[in-house]
Amino acid sequence: MQLEAKNIGFRYDNGPWLFQGINFILKPREIVGLTGVSGRGKTTFCKILAGLEKPVEGSITLNRKELHRNGYHPVQLIYQNPEKAVNPRWKMEKILNEGWKPDEELLTSLGIEKEWLMRWPNELSGGELQRFCVARALGPNTRFLIADEMTTMLDAITQAQIWQAVLEIFKKREMGIVVVSHEAKLIQRLCHRVIEINSL
Amino acid sequence: MISSLKKRTRFSLNRRQKTFLTLFSLIVFLICIVLVGALLDEGRIATNLVDRNLVPSFDHPFGTDWLGRDMFTRTIMGLSLSIGVGLIGAVGSISIALILGTAAAIMGNKGDRLISWLIDLFLSVPHLVTLILIAFTLGGGFKGIVIGIALTHWPSLARIIRVEVMQIRTSEFVKVSRQMGKSHWWIALHHMLPHLVPQVLVGFTLLFPHVILHESAVTFLGLGLSPHEPAIGIILSESMKYLSSGMWWLAFFPGLCLLIVVRTFDNIGEKLRMFLHSN
Repeated sequence: MQLEAKNIGFRYDNGPWLFQGINFILKPREIVGLTGVSGRGKTTFCKILAGLEKPVEGSITLNRKELHRNGYHPVQLIYQNPEKAVNPRWKMEKILNEGWKPDEELLTSLGIEKEWLMRWPNELSGGELQRFCVARALGPNTRFLIADEMTTMLDAITQAQIWQAVLEIFKKREMGIVVVSHEAKLIQRLCHRVIEINSL
Repeated sequence: MISSLKKRTRFSLNRRQKTFLTLFSLIVFLICIVLVGALLDEGRIATNLVDRNLVPSFDHPFGTDWLGRDMFTRTIMGLSLSIGVGLIGAVGSISIALILGTAAAIMGNKGDRLISWLIDLFLSVPHLVTLILIAFTLGGGFKGIVIGIALTHWPSLARIIRVEVMQIRTSEFVKVSRQMGKSHWWIALHHMLPHLVPQVLVGFTLLFPHVILHESAVTFLGLGLSPHEPAIGIILSESMKYLSSGMWWLAFFPGLCLLIVVRTFDNIGEKLRMFLHSN
């Protein structure tokens, strides 16, 4: 089981190429850091990996097979802004259970409190919302997790707690994780190898 | 301090509850008019040449006209009929707006351009003119008015719905939902509809008074409902002939009632907007 990006190129309409000829392999039990200057296409590359954006050139394969768009996607993306990633007209409980029913243990390790479930999204802070987004993305069929600046907006303590929980799951489930961040310290602590987007 | 706060909240309503209460009583008021209009005896508006041209009294609160018909009964029946026309016309308009707005947002570039062009086309002509044209072509009457209203009042709402759907379609939570393997239908039903309901509901109530006024206007011009029906527009246009002879009550009370009903609908729309957008 490996996620492979082969010869990926992307541009908007007829604009200049954002990147071209990118090759990248992500294996299970691997945490890869992705860094680079802003505007070089880190987020776009993440979206392509997660199947949210179609590459102009090249292909994304999982186990040498093309990914199809129907059903639960084995590659899940976590966004930078949790406020935008939840439906403001849904209660937290519905948001949390959209893809699967996270168990008690996961909720505790992510620090999600029971009473939050009955609230609306605008009654929770960004850090609290992001915990929900992480729990939501860690479904049993998630093979690869792409954390696009997942904890950039959060304070150090929340950041540590969320990553602690994600690492636990990572060990248990043999996932592969891509970490996008500008924080060198965080990348250094978490990742087995680090890639600069320009060098791909 | 805290206990005094608690006391206050127990005995006085907060703004949400107050809004809800007003909303509720306004809706009940309108339903009453419709029900009374439907239940009133047709015999009360039969020609009765003995009681002609009576000034408002306890027997005839709004007076009687030159054929001895009770104006109160006619007015209420007319309002009830107007609300009925408004209801059907508004529902038709909303359906068109919902379908076209959603289609424009979903069908891609060409469909969007076509529907936007259609919206602009309808908005560029005063819709009273289009309405008169359509009502006239269809031969007037109840059918002509309702179809005319349904076909002319959708563009502004369609535009709002189009933008709303576009915004939700590209939002991150919809993309997450796709990643979770949810179908397009599921997303439309669970993610988009809750966002459209307030727009549609408020649009609906605000369309209502508009529709009623237009119905009266077209009927007043003689292109709408047939003269024997107790419609407000007909009452007003007939009473024009008798105003000069001092029979002020023929136009005053029906006109006032029309104003009250229209204001009620406007109020409901406002309150509904406050109620639905508060969170």
